[in-house]
Amino acid sequence: MSTINLSVNGKQYSLESIPGETLSTMLRERLRLTGTKIGCEEAECGACTVLVDGQPMMSCVYPAERADGKTIVTIEGLAQRVHEEMKLHPLQDAFVEHGAVQCGFCIPGQILTAYALLKRNPNPDSADIRFALKDTLCRCAGYPSIENAILAAAQALRTGEPVQKPTHIPDSIHEHKTVGHSHLRPEAVEKVTGEALYTDDLKFDGMLYAKAKRAMIPHGFLKKLDISKAKALPGVAAVLTAEDIPAEKNHGLVIFDWPVMVGIGERVRYVGDALAIVAAETQEIAEQAVGLIEAEFDLQPVITNPVQARQEGVPQIHEKGNLLKHIKVRKGDMDAGFASADVILEHTFHTPTTDHAFIEPECSIGVPLPDGRMEIYVGSQIPYQDRTQVARVMGWPEERVRVVGQLMGGGFGGKEDIMGQIHVAMLANVTQRPVKLLFDRHESLLVHPKRHATQIRVKLGAKKDGRIVAMETELYGDTGAYASLGEKVMTRATTHSAGPYDIEHVRADCYAMYTNNPPAGAFRGFGVTQSAFAVESMMDMLADTVGVDRVELRRMNALHVGSVTNTGQVLNESVGLTECIDRVDAEMRKHTPRPFAPRVDSANPNLVRAWGFASAYKNTGLGGGAPDISGADVELYEDGTFQVRSSAAELGQGLVTVMRLTVAEEMAVAPEQVRVLVMDTDLAPNGGPTTASRQTFVTGNASRYAAKTLRDQITATMAEKFDVRPEQIRYEDGIVHVNGHSMTYAEIYKEMTAIGQQPKVRYEYEAPKTMPLGEGGDMHFAFSFGVQAAEVEVNKLTGEVRVLKVISANDVGMAVNPLGLQGQIEGGVMMGLGNCLTEEFIVDNGNVVTDHLARYRVPGIMLTPEITSIIVEHPISSGPYGAKGVGEICSIPTTPAITNAIYNAVGVRIFKTPVDQEMIARELWEREETK
Amino acid sequence: MNLWQEYKSPTSVAEAVQDLASAAGPALPIAGGTDLMLDLRQGNHPPVHTLIDLTFIPEMSALELRGDELYVGAAVPVNQVALDPLVGTHAQALTEAANLIAGPQVRNTATLGGNVAHALPAADGTIALTALDAVAEVAGAAGRRRMPFTSLFLGPGKSAIDKTKEIIVGFYLPIARPHQASCFKRIMRPQGVALPILNCAVWLERDGDLVRDIHIAVGPGGATPFRATEAEAFLRGQSFNDETFAHALDCLLDQAKFRTSARRASADYRRHIVGGLLKDVLDTAWKRAE
Repeated sequence: MSTINLSVNGKQYSLESIPGETLSTMLRERLRLTGTKIGCEEAECGACTVLVDGQPMMSCVYPAERADGKTIVTIEGLAQRVHEEMKLHPLQDAFVEHGAVQCGFCIPGQILTAYALLKRNPNPDSADIRFALKDTLCRCAGYPSIENAILAAAQALRTGEPVQKPTHIPDSIHEHKTVGHSHLRPEAVEKVTGEALYTDDLKFDGMLYAKAKRAMIPHGFLKKLDISKAKALPGVAAVLTAEDIPAEKNHGLVIFDWPVMVGIGERVRYVGDALAIVAAETQEIAEQAVGLIEAEFDLQPVITNPVQARQEGVPQIHEKGNLLKHIKVRKGDMDAGFASADVILEHTFHTPTTDHAFIEPECSIGVPLPDGRMEIYVGSQIPYQDRTQVARVMGWPEERVRVVGQLMGGGFGGKEDIMGQIHVAMLANVTQRPVKLLFDRHESLLVHPKRHATQIRVKLGAKKDGRIVAMETELYGDTGAYASLGEKVMTRATTHSAGPYDIEHVRADCYAMYTNNPPAGAFRGFGVTQSAFAVESMMDMLADTVGVDRVELRRMNALHVGSVTNTGQVLNESVGLTECIDRVDAEMRKHTPRPFAPRVDSANPNLVRAWGFASAYKNTGLGGGAPDISGADVELYEDGTFQVRSSAAELGQGLVTVMRLTVAEEMAVAPEQVRVLVMDTDLAPNGGPTTASRQTFVTGNASRYAAKTLRDQITATMAEKFDVRPEQIRYEDGIVHVNGHSMTYAEIYKEMTAIGQQPKVRYEYEAPKTMPLGEGGDMHFAFSFGVQAAEVEVNKLTGEVRVLKVISANDVGMAVNPLGLQGQIEGGVMMGLGNCLTEEFIVDNGNVVTDHLARYRVPGIMLTPEITSIIVEHPISSGPYGAKGVGEICSIPTTPAITNAIYNAVGVRIFKTPVDQEMIARELWEREETK
Repeated sequence: MNLWQEYKSPTSVAEAVQDLASAAGPALPIAGGTDLMLDLRQGNHPPVHTLIDLTFIPEMSALELRGDELYVGAAVPVNQVALDPLVGTHAQALTEAANLIAGPQVRNTATLGGNVAHALPAADGTIALTALDAVAEVAGAAGRRRMPFTSLFLGPGKSAIDKTKEIIVGFYLPIARPHQASCFKRIMRPQGVALPILNCAVWLERDGDLVRDIHIAVGPGGATPFRATEAEAFLRGQSFNDETFAHALDCLLDQAKFRTSARRASADYRRHIVGGLLKDVLDTAWKRAE
């Protein structure tokens, strides 16, 4: 044992060394400076960056002992460094003002890295910033906002002036007092100071640490499981297996087919299946105990892909077979359609499995209460469903479980399924102690559901002039070992597989298949990302075949008001596709008059540039006949402030801002007067799942109608009290005007409570009814539309692809918070860019190859193109102020826009993502050789 | 399951060597530790009892001119190498490689010693040092010795240094004379593992339009850091033009053993793009040496 003497944020510490401790663990666990985040523990993501003697370092691979004699600055040490009082550093200020903070998990690392940059270079340019932030990943990927924030902070530091606010983000065209204008996130400040708590930042007295034993074989039967050595290990509090599951054995979001643990004699369906769970006094003991558990399997042949899964005679993974669902779309008469076509094209496309790679890995904490109830602390996209699922397995009434949602370091669809929630409930129940289960990055990559890998065949018939008359698609989706949301995802892939086009004859068949790969479920884009790549590539091929301009082809076929979608839905309003096409086209041609012609770099003839273009649409809301409901409470407090509550999830996307602005608008108060509480099943009504770009619409509406109802109650009470007509009561700037009397909300509170009225309203909003697929009518209550153009540079020799510019237009109905929208759209483009160029979750015969972040590349700031966002606002009457979803649409057209641009530059058509630069180079050199 | 039991912070090379010999269990030196920590954590490295931190040894963190050589301590953070004006003047290829190793935070801890000790045939720092004809100073129980750079490598991931007994103290580079220059560049594949698919460093000395001397290193061009000695031999004394370049490239392609790395690059692809990369690097170094 030796002593480590170090200074942290200006305070001297003298700490006994602990063998094997890293600096990040020392800071987080011993000094409780939890602003330093752990994203990967492999020096890849940068979230754990702290300053050591002024230099940014990854504290997750920095031995604590090495910090002896060093001076450390963490994010908590930045705010007071300017003045004696707690004042934000200009960088923190700028990150808040520029909307650079989304989920917030990477922000401490971003800010500290930027801080070190500004110390050595007070006047950095864009290239300097990108160089410095190269490996500080942001999966919400508001890289342009981060860059702007750093530039603004640098200026403020140089000049001593306050941080300049962003000037390039226009307000909504729909005029309102509060909504439609840029506002700051309510939780932005705590996210830049490191005070924001995520699940792993919580610690409870007597807390145990859990770890699951994973099967690590893709397919087989569990023959033997020996937990005796693990149980005997000192410090182990409990080891549980399938035999210990109190009630229901399986969990699942739609189909309960996912075992909480696999029991003896039962089938292991993928490497991530849990066999046993351990709770121990420390994380190290838990890990050691898991290592002592011995399992034997009767190995079975592995189903590796959905096409194989559908073949005759292959092993059936589930009792009902390998077919999760055959999804059909039928419109018109295909024979007649193709017979009337002048040209017919047919091609097959492949997309890989991809991972959400949210920077915050999954974490759950179960806390048993003296009265027998159980609290689950977790960052989850569906708090109420977590409650149901935990209760089912425990055999309890739902009310016995309280899910206390925490800030989430990103979700993107990957935090909808059960991960550790049930396991910690079981362990906490048995031990009657709090239990934390934190995934490391390796486990996160192995276990949680991914984006579906697909094979998509498209056959398209068109007239000579480019009008599409028939579209036939056949899709295979790899839903992996368990259903998760596979059926829903592949339904969306299928219904959207003919693109955002008005086509008379459509037929689509999709086979969502079980395999022995990690499960696939929800991931931003929800199946449409995959089918958009296929159909938009086909559109460009059609344009070449019939000799029509790529943009014009899309314009002439575009869905418009009055169109009938391929599921038989008549679009009555809010179809901004043509405007998106026109505006992206105009913006693109401002840069390049002939955008699709290849342009050779004058200095290096190997470099060729061109633009590519793609369109897409995406439903808002669950649709397909599912009741789409969200509840919200709005309450007025004694001090005249409001709280709005809903158990919808804030994963970084900005729902809390939408809820706050909505209530502020309705009550005519400043947004700061409205507090927001989300994700707590005891304190807030069910907001439903945060999926399908639905929360702005449903919980936005629930908040709005709850506020409106409260306002109506106030109006009625005041009208009676002062004996005036309700119309004579006005709400303005936080004051209620009643016929000459001006009352604050604090006074209103007094008036209401004095006559026994609780100024509190719960509103359950139900979105317009939808119809199941195949029954015609409205399958969805709203669609968002998006168009993107990407300019790429391809190196003809090496095949390397660089995206230079992206123009993204999104019809979102109405921009509730333009500042938040900007970041979300930038992030969507970057996620699309990663999907196209860098990301591939590789599974080899059921075994995960990309089991570390170092092997799974998410795009960093260096790959960020210049992104221009154009907001199109064709309002939908049922949406809050006309708004519909944006979370997914902004990510969907990116991939085909880039692959189409590659084709336009060098004539190589991409049929499989991610783009393989070697394939491009090879095709070009083989073409050269055959010349 | 602690990553290590004991942590030593010796302040001299002799002490470090002694610590290695006297450790109570398996012992390893740790410089930046960015790779070692991961290997230990991910179980890719047998458990270690004692870690011996080399960053507290002044000699190993020194970067200075020593006679007609530039000395770079093996524990100097890569970022310091990248920013140091002496390195920029005498070993520009190393500056360029150092600027590309991993990311900025990792560069603040990662070291050249670690880069070399991993014995990967295509590590950026390694390829630059190969072309610069570095000499390594190695310390062990028997004292110190100087080893030609390429003799440090036995095969992919296999170092001639026994890490449990010996320590790379630092590297010596010849200082640049007039008309000598170097350059390093690489080609990445954006998806997948962190190593570049091909990198190349060239050091050369010009005599007007003639190549007086040249070193060409390409990674991965074999199981150990590859020197294109055939191409070098051909180019020495030649004038540098398209024709001589084409012949030199042929020599390189004949000599190099490009391999296919699963999910990174095929041998074919590497053969196809190496010419463009070499041309680029050579042209740049040639201009610098004017």
